[in-house]
Amino acid sequence: MAVLAGLAPALAAPLTSPVLAQATDAATTPGADFSNDNGWIVLLKAVGIIVFLLVSVLIAIWFERKVVARMQIRPGPNVHGPFGLLQSLADAMKLLLKEDINVKAADKVVYIVAPMISVFCSLLTFAVIPLGPEVSIFGIVTPLQLTDFPVAVLYILAATSVGVYGIVLGGWASGSTYPLLGAVRSTAQVISYELAMGLSLVSVFVLAGSMSTSQIVESQTQVWWFLPLLPAFVIYFISMVGEVNRLPFDLPEAEGELVSGFMTEYSSMKFAWFFLAEYINMLNVSAVATTLFFGGWRAPWPLSAINDGMFNEGWWPVLWFLAKLWLFMFVFVWIRGTLLRFRYDQFMKFGWKVLIPAALVWIVAVAGVQGVRQFTDVDLRTLLIGLAVVAVVGIGLSFLIPERRGQAEAAAGGEPEPFDAFAAGYPVPPLPGQVLPPSPRRLRAQAQGAQASGATATIEGSPRVTDDEQTDDQVADGEEGMPRG
Amino acid sequence: MTTPLGLAAVATGLAETGRTSGGEATLFWFIAPVMVIAALGLLFARKTVHAAMSVVLVMISLAILYVAQEAPFLGVVQVIVYTGAVMMLFLFVLMLVGVDSSDSLVETIRGQRWIGALLGLGLGAVLVGVVLTAADLAPAGLVEANADSNPVGVARVIFSDYVFALEVVGTLLVVAALGALVLTHRQRLTRQVGQKERADARIAAGTVLTPLPAPGVYARSNAMDVPALGPDGRPLESSVPRVLRIRGQERSVAEVHAEIGAEGVGSTPPERSITGEEEVR
Repeated sequence: MAVLAGLAPALAAPLTSPVLAQATDAATTPGADFSNDNGWIVLLKAVGIIVFLLVSVLIAIWFERKVVARMQIRPGPNVHGPFGLLQSLADAMKLLLKEDINVKAADKVVYIVAPMISVFCSLLTFAVIPLGPEVSIFGIVTPLQLTDFPVAVLYILAATSVGVYGIVLGGWASGSTYPLLGAVRSTAQVISYELAMGLSLVSVFVLAGSMSTSQIVESQTQVWWFLPLLPAFVIYFISMVGEVNRLPFDLPEAEGELVSGFMTEYSSMKFAWFFLAEYINMLNVSAVATTLFFGGWRAPWPLSAINDGMFNEGWWPVLWFLAKLWLFMFVFVWIRGTLLRFRYDQFMKFGWKVLIPAALVWIVAVAGVQGVRQFTDVDLRTLLIGLAVVAVVGIGLSFLIPERRGQAEAAAGGEPEPFDAFAAGYPVPPLPGQVLPPSPRRLRAQAQGAQASGATATIEGSPRVTDDEQTDDQVADGEEGMPRG
Repeated sequence: MTTPLGLAAVATGLAETGRTSGGEATLFWFIAPVMVIAALGLLFARKTVHAAMSVVLVMISLAILYVAQEAPFLGVVQVIVYTGAVMMLFLFVLMLVGVDSSDSLVETIRGQRWIGALLGLGLGAVLVGVVLTAADLAPAGLVEANADSNPVGVARVIFSDYVFALEVVGTLLVVAALGALVLTHRQRLTRQVGQKERADARIAAGTVLTPLPAPGVYARSNAMDVPALGPDGRPLESSVPRVLRIRGQERSVAEVHAEIGAEGVGSTPPERSITGEEEVR
């Protein structure tokens, strides 16, 4: 199966090549030119992508554990290899060697096929991601991209939407309650969040005038799309976190509620496949965000101007691409270390009542502006000034809307009730606006500190500044010690 | 099932004219049997989810054939819309309602099977007739249609020649969605009870706010039917599940903790070892 999955991008390449030849013929915006590619170059790129993805997953697991650990003030994996780098390798080996349990109540075929679907579909995306411009590989000039065609971004959406079948079928086939609940949640999540995701990408298509990844990167020579299309980027970013089942959207595998959701009944290699697919999908959506909104492999601004665009040629762009990719991976980890899981109804409300309407309004706005640019003689500067005026007036008007009553009262409420540590008979923390009474222990510590420093001052006659520092230190020590007491 | 067969005939025709590439023919002969088997699976699968999976397989294979026939937009959109959304919705309903093979197979509409067979035969006849009477099956106009890339070509056709039809279909879909909303909408008669209201009610009720205590764990029993001991040393009734208490299947602490009260508090060594063979005391 792993071999078959490895061939997936390679299979996709010849299939799309006739279409691609026509895309390159189109005179308007030339995309990547694959005309020099031969069989072994395609094979080399496909194998390269697979190796890149698998190694990246190992690094991503280590990276996530390390970063989350730093955020929680602990060292994280640090035993195996330098900086604990070999930890995920060891974990992978352990997973491979564990007993492979087939659940008795499972639907055999679907149960085994489901993780394969997940991994297979996750490997498809990178086939159309441009990792760099044209480079010379053993004397053959070729773009650093396996293949590209006019609907490449839609192809990515299709691959991810099929990949979710792995999760849904895995949950159903396990023949057990928690996985089934995870699967049902996953279907609902896909239906509601993929819609917002697709809609947010439409404005990029409208501005770039293409759905081919290399042409979208080409169109970001002047400005990266995340700046003019910030709302679309925000919507994409939120829905991409939802797409890969990461916190705060990890309802299909919510540990606190569903054991581990759709993969509760999976063990050993089959579980490893789900795990692999999840991390490859993280890399995928990060790569898509990079390509569509962050200029793909293009060097960031001050670097791109150096030496007539030296850093946008040859192998340099791979570095920028990877840097942006890992920036998104870091944000994934950061979010995981920061946010709590949504409740299910909040999650659905957010998807249907916030994300999708916002995406629709934004598309209409972008299409309107693009229409004005296409069909009238208004030049870009006038248009931008007009938009700025509209925005300023809109923001100004929004101040005239009266605040909601609850908020207004809270803001204007003046003095809150005095803090009662045992309100209604329970020990309670202070409400917003209330302050704790001064701690007696802290007062004592301060008094002691003042006495001690006063004593040193009289004996040594040292300057006041040192005394203040010392007092602060002692007070800080007292605060730190307080919870223990 | 008729659709894949019809396609097979069409593609054979294409191959005979010598206009399709060898790769495309190979792809077709690899995918066509898969599609036919999957389509048969839809008819004969006993479990509903298996039937749905067969449809998904047919759809994806069909999409690959579309792409091979230089209609990549159609192929990809087919996967996104039908496989990714419509079938997913279908699966959602299947899993939510829990339809499986144990459900009744009695037909609710009389004569449904015969009508279905008749209509299927009719469709098959029409398709076979079309394929057989089609004289010239050479692909024509592909280069002109895809001159400015395939999506641009599709967009031109849809938004110039068929813009009215598109708008009618769009209106129809919006009306249908609104209709579904109106039909399933129910007026809320009472105020919605939210998380805050529930929490307030629980506190106002004055009952236990925390989870109930777990059953007791003793040297000779950690079963559900023995109550735990409270901090005061007395058994906690609420630690045994309500069902067991109502059925009268609760055991008293004395049965597993014979020395309680006899030798006072503290650890009480068991009378026998776990295997029950040798005497400990």
